Amino acid sequence: MARMKFLCDSERCIECNGCVTACKNEHEVPWGINRRRVVTIGDGQPGEKSVSVACMHCTDAPCMAVCPVDCFYRTEEGVVLHDKDMCIGCGYCFYACPFGAPQYPQNGAFGQRGKMDKCTFCAGGPEADNSQEEFEKYGRNRLAEGKLPLCAEMCSTKALLAGDADVVADIFRQRSLTRGKGGELWGWGTAYGKGDFPKDEPGKGGK
Amino acid sequence: MKTLLIPAAVAFALSACGEYPQTVHYKQGEYQGKTDARPYDGPPWNGDKAQWEKDIRARGQNQNEYKRAS
Repeated sequence: MARMKFLCDSERCIECNGCVTACKNEHEVPWGINRRRVVTIGDGQPGEKSVSVACMHCTDAPCMAVCPVDCFYRTEEGVVLHDKDMCIGCGYCFYACPFGAPQYPQNGAFGQRGKMDKCTFCAGGPEADNSQEEFEKYGRNRLAEGKLPLCAEMCSTKALLAGDADVVADIFRQRSLTRGKGGELWGWGTAYGKGDFPKDEPGKGGK
Repeated sequence: MKTLLIPAAVAFALSACGEYPQTVHYKQGEYQGKTDARPYDGPPWNGDKAQWEKDIRARGQNQNEYKRAS
């Protein structure tokens, strides 16, 4: 069973923001929303590290646990998605997320929050696959086209890996063994470290 | 005429005042939204999960320069 995961190799990330640009362009994400961003730690100092951050599609996703209207679900492939028609824009998921992934469009007169928007692992949402409605609400559905998320496919140094957990972990393992350093994985313990992988039916979700 | 007009006007004016349930009842702990299709349901896989997974794994290997270079 494929279990989709992101992996960012901070030894390779050069903070080019290609992943951010690829995501914004592919999904036509509006101004003010960044589904993915690059965070630099120790900027300007020797040994600075950069990490590309988005929704990690956690195994035990805190956003799912706190959503008051239960609009989140997890697909068979382990991708955490949500139904925008259900979302009330309360912001609970933003406070619960350890990665700051949920984003809210603010185009109201009084700074009111719109419906939450986040990385979909290029898997669209609960509309018909590759329909115009799905694209407008959630962006492109690349998984249904047999493709991986564009942020990872576009990464110039292949710092950002995406795909089946076994595949990306093998690539990273070979890489860190070859170079002999940088075997630490940022965010993996937080996102995937807890419990067994739940076997949910597609679209059923649940907590 | 007036006796007919007044009840008609009252009925028209109050037509939007009907009471109907406006609250959504959520079952706590269960996903409440629409059901999503699986990525391999459509063409060219037409429900062949194994083939889709194989294709995705093969595509994932394109991220491995060690394999691409050798």
